[in-house]
Amino acid sequence: MNRSLLFIPLGIFVLMAVVFWIGLGQEDKTSLPSPLIDHPFPEFSLTVLEDSRAVTKADIVGAPALVNVWATWCPTCKQEHTFLNELASQGVRIFGINYKDNDEKAKDWLMSFGNPYIWNLSDPNGQLGLELGVYGAPETFLVDSKGIIRAKHIGDLNPKVWQTLKLQFEAME
Amino acid sequence: MTELYSMVPEFGQLALIFAFVCAAFQVVIPLVGVNRGAPWLMAYARPLATGQALFLLISLFSLAYCFVVDDFSVAYVAANSNTALPTPFKISAVWGAHEGSLLLWVTMLGLWSLAVAWLSKSLPIDMIARVLAVMGMVSVGFILFTLETSNPFSRHLPSAPAEGGDLNPLLQDFGLIVHPPTLYMGYVGLSVAFAFAIAALMSGRLDAAWARWSRPWTTAAWIFLTVGIALGSWWAYYELGWGGWWFWDPVENASLMPWLVATALLHSLAVTEKRGLFKSWTVLLAIFAFSLSLLGTFLVRSGVLTSVHAFASDPERGIFILALLGICVGGSLLLYAIKAPTVASSGRFELVSREMFLLLNNLLLVVIALAILIGTLYPLVYDFMGLGKLSVGAAWFNTMFVPLSVGLAVVVGAGAMSRWKVDSLGRIGTMLWPAAIAAIVFAIITPMIISGELKGMVVLGLSVSIWLTLATFIDVWKKSRGQITRIPNLGMSYLGMILAHLGVAVTIVGVTMVANYSTEKSVRIAPGERETLGDYVFEFAQGGHITGPNYTSDAVRFNVYEDDKLISTLMAEKRRYTARGSVMTEAAIDVSLFRDLYVSMGEPLDNGAWGMRLQVKPFMRWVWLGAIFMACGGFLAMLDKRYRRRADKKVTAAKGAELGGVNA
Repeated sequence: MNRSLLFIPLGIFVLMAVVFWIGLGQEDKTSLPSPLIDHPFPEFSLTVLEDSRAVTKADIVGAPALVNVWATWCPTCKQEHTFLNELASQGVRIFGINYKDNDEKAKDWLMSFGNPYIWNLSDPNGQLGLELGVYGAPETFLVDSKGIIRAKHIGDLNPKVWQTLKLQFEAME
Repeated sequence: MTELYSMVPEFGQLALIFAFVCAAFQVVIPLVGVNRGAPWLMAYARPLATGQALFLLISLFSLAYCFVVDDFSVAYVAANSNTALPTPFKISAVWGAHEGSLLLWVTMLGLWSLAVAWLSKSLPIDMIARVLAVMGMVSVGFILFTLETSNPFSRHLPSAPAEGGDLNPLLQDFGLIVHPPTLYMGYVGLSVAFAFAIAALMSGRLDAAWARWSRPWTTAAWIFLTVGIALGSWWAYYELGWGGWWFWDPVENASLMPWLVATALLHSLAVTEKRGLFKSWTVLLAIFAFSLSLLGTFLVRSGVLTSVHAFASDPERGIFILALLGICVGGSLLLYAIKAPTVASSGRFELVSREMFLLLNNLLLVVIALAILIGTLYPLVYDFMGLGKLSVGAAWFNTMFVPLSVGLAVVVGAGAMSRWKVDSLGRIGTMLWPAAIAAIVFAIITPMIISGELKGMVVLGLSVSIWLTLATFIDVWKKSRGQITRIPNLGMSYLGMILAHLGVAVTIVGVTMVANYSTEKSVRIAPGERETLGDYVFEFAQGGHITGPNYTSDAVRFNVYEDDKLISTLMAEKRRYTARGSVMTEAAIDVSLFRDLYVSMGEPLDNGAWGMRLQVKPFMRWVWLGAIFMACGGFLAMLDKRYRRRADKKVTAAKGAELGGVNA
C-alpha cells in the first residue's frame, strides 16, 4: 500500500476543520432572520408595569426605540441590565416587555438594579411575546419612528453587539 | 465552620486545577519514561491517573453540594436551580447545562483513566504508560476548556440572587438524571479505544495482543452508548409529548454516529484479534469513533447547529473546542499517516469468508455513519456557502438509513455463521435458504391476515428481522449440534454476539411496526365524552388541577376500554413551571409488549373540553427492548474468559518485561 493513501483521512479532516472555522467566524448565529423584519410592530393593548395605565402601539412610535424583552427568571437579562442602564443614560429610548413574569418581582428588580426603560409592558402570559416570535429572553427589537421593526437581536446586548446594532439604530428614522 | 462551607465552590475549582496539574504530569512523566526506557517513570502513570480522578470527583461533588444547599452565589447554580426544585433534580441540574455537563464529561474521562489504570494490571508497563498519557492529553485539553471558557464555579458576587432561575423543565425528569451520564460514559469511553490505538501506533506494536486489550474497553463504551441512545429516545418519546422517538435531530445524530463507528470497530477488532488483519483500518476506526464523540461535543456545545439540545450558543467556546478537535484529531491522523503499517497483512482470505462479511459490515456501518454526518453538516456547509439556511429533513435520513440497514441485517445473518479464511456460498446457502424463504413468506402473509393490506416497507422490515433471527438460531443449532445443554459451552463471546444480533432483529421489528401501523387522532373531547381509536375507546373521566413542588398543572384522567372492558386509567398533564413560566406536556402512556397507548394534552377549549392527541403505537417497546438485548450481549461478551485467562499469563510476561527493562 502506498503511504500517501494514509494521508487521505488527514486531508478530509483538514478540509472539514476549515469549513467549521469559517462557519464559526462567519456570522452571529443569534441574528436569525425574523419574518417580522421590515414589518410593523404588532398592535397591542396592554398595561404598563410601573403604573398600570393602558397603552397601545401609538405610545411607542414617534422616535426610534429599542424594545427589550426581559424577565426576572432570566439570568442573562441580569447580565444585560447594566449595559441597558448605560444605553439609557446615553439617551437611547428603550421600552421593556416584561415577558411571562410576575409584576411584583419585576418591580422589585427595577427598584434594585435601576430602570433603563421609559416604561415596561406587562406581558405575563406572553401574548405580545408570541406575536413578536420571541423564543427566549432577552431579545431586543429595533423599531423606527413609524413603528416598523428594523432588526432583531436574540441574546444579551453588550458593547460588542451594540457596535453593529448602533449603526443600524442611528441610521433609522 | 460555616465560612468553610461557603467556600465549597472555591474548593471545587481548586480541585479542578489540581486535576489539571495531575493530568499534565500524567502526559509528561510516563512519556519521558517511555522515551528513556525508565520503568520507574512510567510507573507514575497509575498514581497520577488516580489523583486526577480523585480531584475531578471532589470537584464534581462540590458542584453538586452547591446545588443541594442552594448556593445561588454560584452563577451556574443560580441559573439552573431554585429552592423549590426537588433534591434529585437539583443533583441532575448539575449536568443540566453547559458548564456542568462539561465537568461531568471530564470527570468521566478521569474515571475511565482510573479504570484503565487499575483494571489493566496485566498490560506491559510501557503500554499502560502510553495509554494513560494519551488519555491525559485529552483530559488536559478538556479540563483547560472547562476552566477557561466554562467555569461552573464562577460567582455572582457581591450581589448573590436570593432565588435561582430554574432547570429547563424539559430536563426535570428521571430520564435526564440517567440519560446524559450514560451517554457521556459512552462518548468518553471511546477515548480508551482511541488511547489504545494511539499508544499502539506510537509503539509500532499493532498486534493481536493490542486488539485483545482494546476489545473489552471498546465493548464497555459501546454498551454505555447503546443504553444512552435508547434512554435518550425513550425520554424524548414520553417527555416531548408528541409520541416521536427519533427525530434525526443533530444531537441524536451526534450520538448515533459514534455508535455506528464503534459497532464497526468492535467487529474490526475481532478480525484483528483473531486473524491479525485490518490493523490500519481498525486504528482508523478507533480514531474516527472518538473523533465523532468529540465532534458531537463540538456540535452540541458550540451552537454551530442550533437545536433543542444546544444549551450553549457561544462561538468563543466553539473556537476553543475546534482547536481541541483540531489538535486531537489532526494530530492523531497525522500520526496515523506517518506510522500506520503499510505492509499488507500476512493473513490471506478468500472472497467468501468471515473476514469478507465483516469487511462488508464495516463498510456498511461506516457508510451509514458518513451519510448521517453529511446530513448533519450539510445545512452548515450550505449556510456557509451563502446559500441560505435550510434543514435536511427526516426524509433524507430515512432514505439513506433504511436501505443500508436492511442490507446490513442481511449481511449479519449470513456473516455470523461464516467461517474464517475460506467459506463457500454453497455451504451458507444450504443452511440459510429455507430461512430466507420462511422469512419472506411470513412477512407477506402475517400482515395480510392481520391488517388485510400489503405494505412494502413492512414486508422488507419483517423479512430481514425474521431472516436474521432464524439465521441466528440455525447457527446456534449447528454449533451446539442440536443439544441445548451444549449452548453454555459455546463461549460467552459467542453467546453475547447471538444476543446482540437478536437485539438488532427485535429493534427492526419495533421500528417497522411502529413506523407503519401507528394510528393517531387529534380530537376535541369534553368531560364524559368518548373517542374510539382502533380497538380502543378513550373516555374523558375527569379533569382537574394538580399542584406540584415547582409547577401547577391541568390534568385529565382517561379510562381506556377494549371490548367494553376497562383496561387502563391514564392521567395526562400539562404543567406550567412557575419559575420560567414554561409549559410542558406530560403524556400518559399505557405500556404493554405489543402496543403503547399514548395520550397527550393540547389546548384547553370551552366548557372544560380539551384538544387531545390520542395515539396507538404497536410494538413501541421493541425498539428499546432490542437495544437492551444488544447491551446485554455486549456485557456477556466482555465476560468472556479469554480476556481474563490470557491476562493471567500476561502478568508473568509483563513482570518479565519490567525486569528486563530495569536490567537494560
